[in-house]
Amino acid sequence: MGLVDRGRLPAPLTKLFNLGRSYSMWVYQWGLACCAIEMGAAFGSPRYDVMRLGVIPLPASPRQADLVVVSGTVTDKMAPAVKRLYEQMPEPKYVISMGSCANCGGPYWDSYSVTKGVDQIIPVDVYVPGCPPRPEALLEGVVLLQQRIKNEDMAARWRGEGFTPLQRSESEPIVVGGGPIE
Amino acid sequence: MTMLSERQQLSYIAAQAADARLNVELETEGMTLNIGPQHPATHGTLRIIARLDGEQVVWAEPSAGYMHRGYEKLTEVRTYPQVTALINRIDWLGSFANEVPFILAAEQLMEVEAPPRAQHIRTILFELSRIANVSLFLGDLGVQMGAVTPVFMAFRDREYVLNLIEGATGGRFHPNFDRIGGLKDDLPKGWIDETRQVMKKLRNFCDEIEDLLFGNEIFQSRTRGIGVIPAEVAKEYGLSGANLRASGVDWDLRRDQKLPLAYDKVDFKVWTHPDGDSWARCWIRLQEVREATRIVDQLIETIPSGPVMAKVPRIIKVPEGEAWVSTENPLGEMGYYVVSKGELGPFRVKIRSASFNNISITPWVLKGVYVPDIITILASLYFILGDIDR
Repeated sequence: MGLVDRGRLPAPLTKLFNLGRSYSMWVYQWGLACCAIEMGAAFGSPRYDVMRLGVIPLPASPRQADLVVVSGTVTDKMAPAVKRLYEQMPEPKYVISMGSCANCGGPYWDSYSVTKGVDQIIPVDVYVPGCPPRPEALLEGVVLLQQRIKNEDMAARWRGEGFTPLQRSESEPIVVGGGPIE
Repeated sequence: MTMLSERQQLSYIAAQAADARLNVELETEGMTLNIGPQHPATHGTLRIIARLDGEQVVWAEPSAGYMHRGYEKLTEVRTYPQVTALINRIDWLGSFANEVPFILAAEQLMEVEAPPRAQHIRTILFELSRIANVSLFLGDLGVQMGAVTPVFMAFRDREYVLNLIEGATGGRFHPNFDRIGGLKDDLPKGWIDETRQVMKKLRNFCDEIEDLLFGNEIFQSRTRGIGVIPAEVAKEYGLSGANLRASGVDWDLRRDQKLPLAYDKVDFKVWTHPDGDSWARCWIRLQEVREATRIVDQLIETIPSGPVMAKVPRIIKVPEGEAWVSTENPLGEMGYYVVSKGELGPFRVKIRSASFNNISITPWVLKGVYVPDIITILASLYFILGDIDR
């Protein structure tokens, strides 16, 4: 796609690409603690079934993934591995931080060995609060991320400018439970 | 359920001998294989460093600490009710079971005892969390051997148990329901009928798993006679729970210990298995889920009436002293050694969690096994990372 490479992409084409990208996300499950089980329930159980949202939870390695869900406590010993995981993923890549521990340290806010928030290491797109969040909350996080991808300026992302919305008005930070979903 | 036939055993020995000869002839170089820190087969962030010779493990060592959250230090700066909220997250699959020994230790120090109704409900919830924990193990077991279906079934039926726990406690995962002197609340209306139905579903689940997984030839050939732990070695390494019972040691704290819980009012069997291999460990856990459903069935019929909370002061100060209480948790023996100096929070809490001792045997049991067997042995040992690293 030469157009994307050069950073010029017509808006209708961007919309089309974004639609396709948002409904074919390969998610890498970076399960660390309690939240990993709720993530397993959301991604691997018949009751919550994430595949109906167009999310495929079974890539063989982070190199094939578009999205990573960091679920659980990130400790200082684990932090380099999380960083390396993120660097292995191909662009464009997205991160959902699941659970209070990954968001801000959670109940271990005063612990000597816990990294207080995975956003100190890697950029995070959607924060899902809860200890642990219910599987439905994670699914809502996925839906919010899909909305974000649909409104993304793909060419700007390619130029390395990070997340740039197509329309300015929708650039609020995303937190699950923060407002109604259209 | 057939044992390996003689012919299979002979071919196994012949294959091993051929491998050994080949290794000597070719002088194959060793290599180091890192499993983890994030690997689907390790239920979390355990890292196994294995030194291989060809396909065989020469030396293996677990590297823990990727999930170390500093529990023992954190308990020193929390009050007793806050500690309860924290220790839910040690073994995250059976959260309620973590609270019980700590609360019992604190009650022992304060010299209060929960009313009989609270003890009864505690025991029911304890067994429900055991079911929630071990049923996921049974599903996950299939994944380790390449069968994906059982995990879907496990998640499906585990949801029923989680709904029960949520109905009674308000927390789906981490109930934080136990209080010093009793329970936060009584059971809701209609809960007992629902429990009766769910226990039936869970027994069906056990039958299904037994048919699909335990009766499967591939499963049998990958677990029978693999990762054998003799009883003496198991005792020396401090194994507990199903891992110890699978080695033929008849040891269960629910039966052997006198605690203010309702286990003396029910009739249940402690299963043991003489083999000590991966198969035995999996089979013991399957039977344990069945026994747990039977225990719950018996207990919900005989809940005594009365209050669920004893008289305790509003602000809890635990008098000076030391107490050690351990219970038979889903993973094995879990105990808390609480030292109190008469403050709002404990002075020191030593946590003895089952998984830490259970994985300490990995260097011994992984020596000489083949690489695919690492996964099955680790799966059958069954640990939870929060329980190892705390």
